[in-house]
Amino acid sequence: MAAFRARPSKFLAKEAAVAMNNTLSRDQQLELYWTRLDTRFPQAQAVFEDCMTEALASLSSEGVDAYLEAARAIGKLGRGVEPMLAFLEEWPATALAVGESALTAVMDTIRVMQKSPNGRAIDPFIRTLAPVARRLQSAELLEEYLEITQNLMTRTTGSIHGHHTTFPSPGLPDFLAQAPNLLGQLTLSGMKNWVDYGIRNYNNHPERQKDYFSLQSADSRAVLQRERQGTLLVDNERNLDLYLRGLWQDSEHLVPYSTAFDQIRKPIPYYDKLGIRLPDVCEDQNGIRGIDRYRAILAHIVGHRRWSEAQIADNWSPFQRMAVEFFEDCRIDTLLIREYPGMRKLFLALHPKPQENACDPETTSCLRHRLAMLSRALLDPDHGYTDADLNEFVARFHALMEQPATSTNEVAHLALSYVARTRRQSDQFAKVHFDNTVVEYRDDNRQLWKFIEAGDEEEAFDEQRKIEPQEIQGLPPRHYPEWDYVSQSYRPDWVSVYESLHSSGNAADIDRLLQKHAALAKQLKKMLDALKPQDKVRIRYQEEGSELDLDVAIRSLIDYKSGANPDPRINMSHRTNGRSIAVMLLLDLSESLNEKAAGSEQTILELSQEAVSLLAWAIDKLGDPFAIAGFHSNTRHEVRYQHIKGYSERWDDEVKARLAKMEAGYSTRMGAAMRHAAHYLSAQKADKKLMLILTDGQPSDVDTSDDRLLIEDARQAVKELDQQGIFPYCISLDARLKAGDDDYVRDIFGQHYTIIDHIERLPERLPKLFMALTK
Amino acid sequence: MTDKEQYKIQAEPFYQQQNNEVALYEAAYRNRLPVMVKGPTGCGKSRFIEYMAWKLGKPLITVACNEDMTASDLVGRYLLDEGGTRWLDGPLTTAARIGAICYLDEIVEARQDTTVVIHPLTDHRRTLPLDKKGELIHAHPDFQLVISYNPGYQTLMKDLKQSTKQRFTAFDFDYPDAALETEIVANETGLASDTVAKLVKIGNVARNLKGHGLDEGISTRLLVYAATLIKDNVSPVDACRMALVRPITDDADIRETLDHAIVATFT
Ligand SMILES: Nc1ncnc2c1ncn2[C@@H]1O[C@H](COP(=O)(O)OP(=O)(O)OP(=O)(O)O)[C@@H](O)[C@H]1O
Ligand SMILES: [Mg+2]
Repeated sequence: MAAFRARPSKFLAKEAAVAMNNTLSRDQQLELYWTRLDTRFPQAQAVFEDCMTEALASLSSEGVDAYLEAARAIGKLGRGVEPMLAFLEEWPATALAVGESALTAVMDTIRVMQKSPNGRAIDPFIRTLAPVARRLQSAELLEEYLEITQNLMTRTTGSIHGHHTTFPSPGLPDFLAQAPNLLGQLTLSGMKNWVDYGIRNYNNHPERQKDYFSLQSADSRAVLQRERQGTLLVDNERNLDLYLRGLWQDSEHLVPYSTAFDQIRKPIPYYDKLGIRLPDVCEDQNGIRGIDRYRAILAHIVGHRRWSEAQIADNWSPFQRMAVEFFEDCRIDTLLIREYPGMRKLFLALHPKPQENACDPETTSCLRHRLAMLSRALLDPDHGYTDADLNEFVARFHALMEQPATSTNEVAHLALSYVARTRRQSDQFAKVHFDNTVVEYRDDNRQLWKFIEAGDEEEAFDEQRKIEPQEIQGLPPRHYPEWDYVSQSYRPDWVSVYESLHSSGNAADIDRLLQKHAALAKQLKKMLDALKPQDKVRIRYQEEGSELDLDVAIRSLIDYKSGANPDPRINMSHRTNGRSIAVMLLLDLSESLNEKAAGSEQTILELSQEAVSLLAWAIDKLGDPFAIAGFHSNTRHEVRYQHIKGYSERWDDEVKARLAKMEAGYSTRMGAAMRHAAHYLSAQKADKKLMLILTDGQPSDVDTSDDRLLIEDARQAVKELDQQGIFPYCISLDARLKAGDDDYVRDIFGQHYTIIDHIERLPERLPKLFMALTK
Repeated sequence: MTDKEQYKIQAEPFYQQQNNEVALYEAAYRNRLPVMVKGPTGCGKSRFIEYMAWKLGKPLITVACNEDMTASDLVGRYLLDEGGTRWLDGPLTTAARIGAICYLDEIVEARQDTTVVIHPLTDHRRTLPLDKKGELIHAHPDFQLVISYNPGYQTLMKDLKQSTKQRFTAFDFDYPDAALETEIVANETGLASDTVAKLVKIGNVARNLKGHGLDEGISTRLLVYAATLIKDNVSPVDACRMALVRPITDDADIRETLDHAIVATFT
């Protein structure tokens, strides 16, 4: 290469190629091509030979001409050597994936960027062109991609308030850098939606826009998740929870890990104290639906939890441990299949079936390959492998499994003798045969090992390894969207709501409170009695009743006259129709409730407790189905929703005990709590549904600096309630609010609110208010 | 006088004892104590009473209660005919006269005022006043009152009054354990027990979901239905969907879970 010098030339590639074949040496040829680049960058010279070799191998001779011409043009853009280098390196592979003809559109895009303030994006654009093209595999799709890119560029360029179009798009370079990764997970239309969301929401925030398009921000990842294909864990948590409970009498938090951002090292399912970790999305595979892949993973983990015992790892070599894991996994799967024979089909569809001769033991470590085959054979009666050792161990495994009870330990011994029997020198080789040996539905087996030498394992092992089937409390989080008033759109799955049973105190405390308000209760009782009767309904076909039902009486008379047996039920009566109101009482349990109420010795919390007890007593007297829950929040990742009374529970000591333990802390993310409460209330079969929200201040949370945001979100939640036929009503205890000064409450609840200004009178006001509302 | 033979159970009903309820019932009967059988739907309450009536050789009169039922439906009423009026005993009266076991099924369904008429029959008086007829019946020495009651259904509106509850001795029924239930369904339908065991397994999947979207699990009765269909050459998967899943829920997630359990069990 060093030999040739830049020299102008009018040779075209075709002639050059012909010439090369005939007369010119390779070096002379290269020199001709080089001159056409018309550049002085030494860096370009360094890679030129390699690039040309690739180009000549993958492009037509016209393609080579166009390639050189385009590279020359890019070199003249005045953006240094980088874009040109990128193009020289990327284009041959790009053309191979989508065809040479795409060059025109690509060059058009580069020109548009060059003319706009976005020249800096040209380099990342070219850099990622080849991997993008490899994912798209057609010129039409690549053009769509170019369209998305240009659209993003146009809409985000220079739109910072008031200035002229002199600012480049903040997000474009990041987007281009992420493009291959995005297309690895999204279709083009998914990508388009993701881009649109970013433009719509962050057009005015250069920094946030950058975070979004570089996949740094949470909502960016959430939207990406939403646009992905396959079965999402977040959409199926209940389904999988039912699966665990129904088929396996187990239950656990299901925690998704992302499969999107770690493409090289695929994460593997596992479980620990905090829950079962699953991929966030499972696509259909080998005819198995995503949801069934989740079920396979869960079943396998449940099997370990039931039947595996941790083994001491220190004494065994890594090979031995690997073998023990394979054998133990098969024991678990066999036991699972015994419970539900249909699991075999599921497991086999997902289990790799390595070719018997796929691994060359002369050059490669084949232990993994052998074990994967063995694992297949242990589950698949039709494995068809001929290896004698393999078949012997399959038989020994089945014999062992015939025993009434088997243990991890027994199968581990079988595994050790298998390793001993099949050992090969080459097992030690660095080059390991990995292809087709990973059983994706199996977890990483971290729970299978304990280490005597302390300190090497960061994760401590649960002392209680075996988990007996049992009734479990505590539910996986539910995710709710939050309204972003700035962009006038929802942030999907923004908030995690954890529901738990409120802890219990002493039920007698509540009875004492009720006792204290005995006089008030008496007064309320009168009002309750007045509330009970409602519209009357007629009941016909009564033998005894208040009025004669003429129609029936005449029919009976005719029957009687004609000698048939008359129906004696000729009367009718009236019955008062029951009220049909379901109530949800939602209590704000945020920190501020611990303050003393103005003009009282009691805290707001204590007063609320009294008021709620009286109200609950009253509603119970009326017989309306009602539920009570408290909430507080500690950022959007942790909204705690505490179950105090459910619709199916009675107003009894258990419920009172929970009420007695009411405690306050943290912040008020009201919208999420209302959405979650609505989830239960809307399931009630009542004509009228009332959600009472008892709160002492405006919605807020520590991770939200913009006060308006959570107010607007609550307001949006109220709108959603309306749509669900739920009547929300706020009882505000905000002492700072005076009539006329109630701006945020009104913003959220419209006319549906009351402000209790003498909080000490809350116990009296609350039940009365309720009765007035439901009269 | 009514022919009491017609109320006798002719052939021995198949009943699989769960605990020692047969002996306990016999003791209650010996002393003519009123009995309440509690338990979820389709777990064998009615069958148990039928069996006991057969075993004791006593007539059995069963009344399925509903919300339109009035006291007259139990006690009796005057009918009109050519000759004027004629009194017709209700089932409860008949039972008291002939000395039958009177089984009021799902008594909670009946209106509250109806349940009160049974009170005098359940205490030491063992009498039944027929107000309209102006007659006071003293129950036959063999007469016994049995009611059934499904605690799962109770709402605030529909619950037995304490004063009613406290007049009965009670049996708590529940779905039998897997081995026993398999035996019951196999016996009842003649289906091979390994297939029945699979049905029972699916039944238990549903019962595990009680309170998580299901109000009631799959009853033994439904398992019997499914087994009957399979016995008639319906494919097990279809039979299960039709007899076990579709009747009990419209919740999509639960259906999907149960459908999956069926496929996982039968293939
Ligand atoms: N212990 C048992 N022995 C024999 N058969 C049983 C037994 N338990 C349940 N069965 C079967 O279950 C079916 C339903 O039982 P049964 O009709 O007695 O239910 P139940 O408890 O009275 O239900 P419901 O409350 O709905 O009336 C019976 O027809 C019978 O086939
Ligand atoms: Mg019955």
